[in-house]
Amino acid sequence: MDELLSEFLTETNESLDVVDVELVKFEQEPNNAKILNNIFRLVHTIKGTCGFLGLPRLEALAHASETLMGKFRDGATVTPEAVTLVLTTIDRIKEILAELEASGGQEPQGEDRDLIDKLEFLSENAVMAEAPAAAAPASGGQSIERPLRPGEVSLEELERAFQEAEVEEVKPVVAANSNDADHDHDHDHEHETKVNTSAAGSGKSVSSQSIRVAVDTLEDLMTMVSELVLTRNQLLEISRRQEESEFKVPLQRLSNVTAELQEGVMKTRMQPIGSAWQKLPRIVRDLQQDLNKTIELDMQGADTELDRQVLELIKDPLTHMIRNSADHGLETTPERIAAGKPEKGKITLSAYHEGGHILIEVADDGRGLNLDGIKAKALKNGLVTEAELEKMSDPQIQKFIFAAGFSTASSVTSVSGRGVGMDVVRTNVEQIGGTIDLRSVQGKGTTFTIKIPLTLAIVSSLIVEVSGDRFAIPQLSVVELVRVHNNSEHRIERIKDRPVLRLRNKLLPLVHMSTLLGFDDHEEELDADNGFIVVMQVGSHTYGVVVDGVFHTEEIVVKPMSSMLRNLDMFSGNTILGDGSVIMIIDPNGVAAAMASDASSGMVDNSVDAIAEKSMAVSEEDGKVSLLLFRAGTHEPKAVPLSLVTRLEEFDVAQIERSNGRDLVQYRGTLMPLVYVNETASHKDEGTQPMLVFSDSGRSMGLVVDEIVDIVEDRLNIEVVSERPGVLGSAVIKEKATEVLDLGHYLPLAFEDWFMRKQIESADPIREILFVDDSSFFRNMLTPVLKAAGYDVTVCASAEEALETLSQGITFGAVVTDIEMPEINGYDFCEAVRRDPKNRHLPIIALSAVVTPASIEKGRQAGFDDYVAKFDRPGLIAALKDALTGEMGVAA
Amino acid sequence: MSNNLGAEVIDVVQGAGEHIQYVTVMIGGQLFGLPISRVHDVFVPEQVTRVPLAPREVEGVLNLRGRIVTAINMRRRLQLPPLEDTKDIMAVGIEHKGESFGLVIDTVGEVLNLPKREQEANPSNLDKRWAEISGGVHRLSGQLMVIIDVDRLLSSLIEPKAA
Repeated sequence: MDELLSEFLTETNESLDVVDVELVKFEQEPNNAKILNNIFRLVHTIKGTCGFLGLPRLEALAHASETLMGKFRDGATVTPEAVTLVLTTIDRIKEILAELEASGGQEPQGEDRDLIDKLEFLSENAVMAEAPAAAAPASGGQSIERPLRPGEVSLEELERAFQEAEVEEVKPVVAANSNDADHDHDHDHEHETKVNTSAAGSGKSVSSQSIRVAVDTLEDLMTMVSELVLTRNQLLEISRRQEESEFKVPLQRLSNVTAELQEGVMKTRMQPIGSAWQKLPRIVRDLQQDLNKTIELDMQGADTELDRQVLELIKDPLTHMIRNSADHGLETTPERIAAGKPEKGKITLSAYHEGGHILIEVADDGRGLNLDGIKAKALKNGLVTEAELEKMSDPQIQKFIFAAGFSTASSVTSVSGRGVGMDVVRTNVEQIGGTIDLRSVQGKGTTFTIKIPLTLAIVSSLIVEVSGDRFAIPQLSVVELVRVHNNSEHRIERIKDRPVLRLRNKLLPLVHMSTLLGFDDHEEELDADNGFIVVMQVGSHTYGVVVDGVFHTEEIVVKPMSSMLRNLDMFSGNTILGDGSVIMIIDPNGVAAAMASDASSGMVDNSVDAIAEKSMAVSEEDGKVSLLLFRAGTHEPKAVPLSLVTRLEEFDVAQIERSNGRDLVQYRGTLMPLVYVNETASHKDEGTQPMLVFSDSGRSMGLVVDEIVDIVEDRLNIEVVSERPGVLGSAVIKEKATEVLDLGHYLPLAFEDWFMRKQIESADPIREILFVDDSSFFRNMLTPVLKAAGYDVTVCASAEEALETLSQGITFGAVVTDIEMPEINGYDFCEAVRRDPKNRHLPIIALSAVVTPASIEKGRQAGFDDYVAKFDRPGLIAALKDALTGEMGVAA
Repeated sequence: MSNNLGAEVIDVVQGAGEHIQYVTVMIGGQLFGLPISRVHDVFVPEQVTRVPLAPREVEGVLNLRGRIVTAINMRRRLQLPPLEDTKDIMAVGIEHKGESFGLVIDTVGEVLNLPKREQEANPSNLDKRWAEISGGVHRLSGQLMVIIDVDRLLSSLIEPKAA
């Protein structure tokens, strides 16, 4: 692409951006001649250059819109449709320019007749409307009272002449023109002075005092300065170690110059944030029409400067937030009137500096965040449980909108609400080391605050020591430092091995940096007297990181990590310190993520979904079962197989009702009876009461416990069989003696006929069953179930034993056998049974933890009549019933 | 002989009778050769900052004249026991895709000029971890020199992570 063209592209794009903004302004103040002049001039220049470069499509478009604007200038009424049309034309021009750039100077094929026709149509109509306007006192004193005749020089030409000529030279040109334009001299004079002032006004910004510099050049310069800063730091460090040195003074000078140079170069990379805002007025204007709202966009601090790299990255999030505010934040006009607010919604965008950071606020005076909506959505997305929600403050709940996939808009509009809302904004902001926060008052509005560093290249960091190594923590995310003292109020406490700190009125989760960094386990030293807690904030999460020592803060130049180490999320980069050593820069986001995963791995996850998922996961291969550990009554832990538990719930004690001598609670529209593991233990009178819910055939019971402790995977070996009702026996779970509850005891306590119902249903004549299972737990578990269903059960602990029992000539109605057994497994056992002719039609039901199509097929081949999952008690009963009635049919 | 030719030139020219210059290094008693064209410098690794959570082959990072160099412990890469006396260790500086790496080795030997045609393929029974990074073997009088293929060495450390 030749240089001329590339220059044209840059310049035209810039001009178009200005036109965009100016047009929106113009729509609001149609009488402001200065704005119109400016637009006119820009469009005209574009048109002129296009003609010069031989770009007919662009020229035609620019010409048509110029003509329409000429009509405005002649006093035609400015209508929103006309402005929209011009804006659309500008968009089209931009599209063509983009293609032009991509193709390297070839104007794309295509027709713009549609737009041009419309523009011309409006221009013609505008002439009609012009008459009354012209009759009125000339607006701004620059309307021509009649359309231009051929041969006449239009005002825009004049304007251009003014712009291009030196101010001193303006007069003669005007004079020359005014002669053949044959106008009132006074009139023209007035006009001329106006132009003079505007030319002088705009002359400043487009002065010859500035030059264009390629961004790359600036980037290189910045890199060099960064290196210089590092070298300076090293030199200073060396001189610090030497008592008296003749280098001291020149070094100080060098240091100052370097600092100034750094500042200067930084400045060249600085751009007013307004350049990122340029598109916003236009967007808001379009939104007004799409959404049928009237919106005022107030932009403050547009001249606040920040690094262009940061600026680029912040552009899209800002646009998204403005859209959000306009779409979700502001109410519709009728709603606003009803709420007694001014009809026009207001979005305020402001930017200002604060201590090396820039703060950007996006505020609307709309309806505020819908707390209930957020709560419902958070629950639905499984981000939080109802109980947790109860305890959360409103700001905490509001912050859920930053969670991934969260959109509170009940319907998706073309504007926003696609579910990729604020979390994307948050991610973008955090990527550049910024933070985002919000305040919202229902009915009053919402304010988002973004805090970002001025530049990414140089970061002020806190140098800390962990296990003998130094690390840098970006100052931006550090909220405060707390000195740990064992005997002061700043003492590390623990909740189930997790360290926490009471910080004012909050509980701060802690983690030792050495743990995060995978150094030797530091847990025992966490309580030690010395140590500091760096309180860090990432998004809405605040946490404390325990470090061994804190040195000082240092301005460091971030250098990217080696590609070999780039996958380490814990570091955002590395740098060379003043003393020449390399240190790693901690990424606060990485720490937050590591903390979150660390917490969840050890956490009792009692969300309904997680339980449901876990209950599926019974890994039978190594005999391990998922067990739910809880406490009730006594201090010893108690356990039930998790797979038997339908749900874990917490109820407010106040919700528990007593009726007919029983405790009941309303649960999913029905009354659920509660059974206490330990009747004699005192029950809580307030707060929440955890319970395990067991459901079967549409009936539920709640087993009230004191505390849910954990979910573990462990081998279940009942070593000491209990004589006490309700307890199967004791087993060692997680190295602790644990009572395993016999649910068969508790279920009838809730519904006396819990097992009886099945008994009535299954009126089978032959009730003898042989039940084979090597696991004593399942024998203990299922025998009562089978018995309760009305069967006489003979239990065998192995296939051998079962074969022997069968050979003794007892007639069984059916055999229920486990598949996974040592020595003789279920398949072999089945085949062995089938070998005896008299057992050829004996129904044999396989019980297995693993139910896959393949295993079912294998079972079928081995001769099983049915294949039932081990925990599918209703399935087993139903299978037995089918088998026995089927057998009856054959026998009859 | 083309002793005076730049190493880069030799690397580029593909022909019979050409020679390649190698910087020889000792790692765990074995002689290795690095093509001199790839060797940027030889330095003593000082003030190496360890990088937590990094792959175990990464010794750490260090500052070499204002550049951050990633030091790779060759003994660990070759699954050799760590050196007991580390006070004389050396490192060979390598540039790879615009980044600086330092291969930490036991000692640096001499520069050898070896004819390319004498180079032999890896013996088929070479340890897999070694064969991955070896570009062949030279039979020298009295000992064998294993050629380190720098690109394969560094890619083997970088790429599995990038994927």
